[in-house]
Amino acid sequence: MRAKLEAEPASQAQAEKVNGADMLMKALREEQVDILFGYPGGAVLPIYDALYKAPIRHVLARHEQGAIHAAEGYARVSGKPGVVIATSGPGATNLVTGIADAMMDSLPLVIFTGQVASGVIGTDAFQEADVVGITMPITKHNYQVRDIKDLPRIVKEAFHIASTGRPGPVLVDIPKDLTVQDAPPVKEVEMDLPGYQPNLHPNPLQIRKLVDAIKVSKKPVILAGAGVLHGKASEELKNFAELYELPVIHTLLGLGGFPADHPLFLGMAGMHGCYTSNMALYECDLLINIGARFDDRLTGNLATFAPKAKVVHIDIDPAEIGKNVTTHIPIVADSREALLKILEHEAVRGDTEEWHRHLQAYKLENPFWYTKTNDVLSPQLLIEQVYEMTNGEAVVTTDVGQHQMWAAQYYSFKKPNNWVTSGGLGTMGFGFPAAIGAQLANPASKVVAFVGDGGFQMTLQELVLLKELNLPVKVVLLNNSTLGMVRQWQETFYEERYSQSLFSLQPDFVKLAESYGIKGYRVKNQEEAECVLKEALTSDEPVLIDCLVNPKENVYPMVAPGKGIHEMLGVKP
Amino acid sequence: MKRIVTALVHNRSGVLNRVTGLFTKRQFNIESISVGYTEVEGISRMTFVVNVEDDRKIEQLMKQLHKQIDVLKVTDITDQGVVARELALIKVLSTGQTRSEINGIVEPFRASIIDVARDSVTVQVTGETSKIEAIIDLLRPYGIKEIARTGITAFARGNGKSVTDLKQYSIVN
Repeated sequence: MRAKLEAEPASQAQAEKVNGADMLMKALREEQVDILFGYPGGAVLPIYDALYKAPIRHVLARHEQGAIHAAEGYARVSGKPGVVIATSGPGATNLVTGIADAMMDSLPLVIFTGQVASGVIGTDAFQEADVVGITMPITKHNYQVRDIKDLPRIVKEAFHIASTGRPGPVLVDIPKDLTVQDAPPVKEVEMDLPGYQPNLHPNPLQIRKLVDAIKVSKKPVILAGAGVLHGKASEELKNFAELYELPVIHTLLGLGGFPADHPLFLGMAGMHGCYTSNMALYECDLLINIGARFDDRLTGNLATFAPKAKVVHIDIDPAEIGKNVTTHIPIVADSREALLKILEHEAVRGDTEEWHRHLQAYKLENPFWYTKTNDVLSPQLLIEQVYEMTNGEAVVTTDVGQHQMWAAQYYSFKKPNNWVTSGGLGTMGFGFPAAIGAQLANPASKVVAFVGDGGFQMTLQELVLLKELNLPVKVVLLNNSTLGMVRQWQETFYEERYSQSLFSLQPDFVKLAESYGIKGYRVKNQEEAECVLKEALTSDEPVLIDCLVNPKENVYPMVAPGKGIHEMLGVKP
Repeated sequence: MKRIVTALVHNRSGVLNRVTGLFTKRQFNIESISVGYTEVEGISRMTFVVNVEDDRKIEQLMKQLHKQIDVLKVTDITDQGVVARELALIKVLSTGQTRSEINGIVEPFRASIIDVARDSVTVQVTGETSKIEAIIDLLRPYGIKEIARTGITAFARGNGKSVTDLKQYSIVN
């Protein structure tokens, strides 16, 4: 684990003094960082001064939270770590939501925060906050640089930790005085991480057990999570499913790992998953979990989750195995490595014909449903329209709530890494800035941000970036003037007491877009939507479409809290 | 159930905070914790006594500890042959008349009196937790002013022969 940094010729080093901030820029270039998301401030002034001369692009968000969600979108789509810079104190604390979000959804981020000068740390200095302490439980690891000569090693370790094993956010806190100190010349950087050795390769014995279990299973099913995407194992998953003829279910975050138009695909499972997938999880006798963490929104009541199943769990993080669900065949490995090892075996299928017939019948009888009306726009229909017009090939980002679930239900992903959503933390305000990062990661792609009027108002200040950076993101605002999911729960479980979930006043989103120099549209029904979407989705400019959707629409099916996922409400009209 | 877990950690700033923070975040109850240097420079040994409900909980605890970058090795030594010791300082009220009585308690416990004041003595005792509990019970009638206990520090005996069935929680498969 050695990397060579270019040795500075002694004479040149003398001629041009290098400080800690320059050293950081150099270390970032070593890691092939070409874009930073950030916001300057007092404690990072020297870093921004070094950045002034460095050949690294910087995206100036209008709020640190916008910067970090953009970095998350970038990381999700590009597969590379998103890099964030913020100043000490409030700059750093504004990142907290994004860091926690990345931790929950295993996104690789490297975050640099300024810190007050070493000499005044601990004195409640201006813009001081204990950022290492604050972020300890929400980072994969974090550092405070105490000596400038450690910086290259720490940066190297930070990128390594963030992007290997189970990815996650790593924070590096740098006191201001270190960034202006003369930096010693660096020749070779060596990592020192004896306590960090992710286990990528599966135990062959366990793989054998899995293959044997498939042979005798009559009702097998694969549950594929985001681990398939992180492991770049989509192709191998498809081969595995086809070879053994296994039906595939996705988690919310796993969508796109397996093509949605594949005959073996059942759909998303969970609180708002499809009937077939939830029932398949309930009835199966062999559950092969690949890179999903059995989140409570997926499992529902654990007492009735997959009650008859032998559970196989493939995960790179051993702590996820057996955490929520008792596992019979644990396999600690990278998803792709594990699948490759499985594929080395001779494929012997069990007697599953009846099972497939049974699931197909479920699928035919219980599709997602909604009521089409002429006078109000159905949010589900709107998403279907976008899906058709983009051939299911757009990069889709969402906020959190009803529109997120509808996007997951009605936008069918055929390819991996086109789906950017906040799953674990459920962060409102995530979707729009994430779309900015997604577009920067993939300039040629069509990027659609489905957002709700609640979440969008949490981070809409980043609209200015669409114009400033000329990013042709299409913001599709599903505007029901309510906090839809909160309203739905209040309707269902709180006897329609709509406490603080209905907005009595809304901004004019079209004018708002125009004030940022972006084209804005408003649509109220199906025909208008069709017409405007056609124009907007083919345009190469940023667009905001304020879609006034039916505020009374609910997301179905729905699993009530405390119930098993086979006990769904609203399976049929 | 009570488990004794030891962890070898990098002696870096914040490592104790990381570990105790993890216990709080995952809702594990620590009964005692002791930390000290080992024979290897830069590496410390932490010994925890934790109270957990079931096997799944202790397995989670071990795995979560192991996930910490600064944690090098985690072992549940409860069911192994272990050497576990604790040290306690006990300040007992004592007048001239009771001093010899206290001495009579201290001696069979191989404890020692390390400080004598006009109205009190301080007893130092080392041993397993049950022994320390026992001497505290015996000294209580004289009036205990203060107690300071280190918590258990422990490791497996030489040769590592287990005394009971060894329960293994493997991190890798």
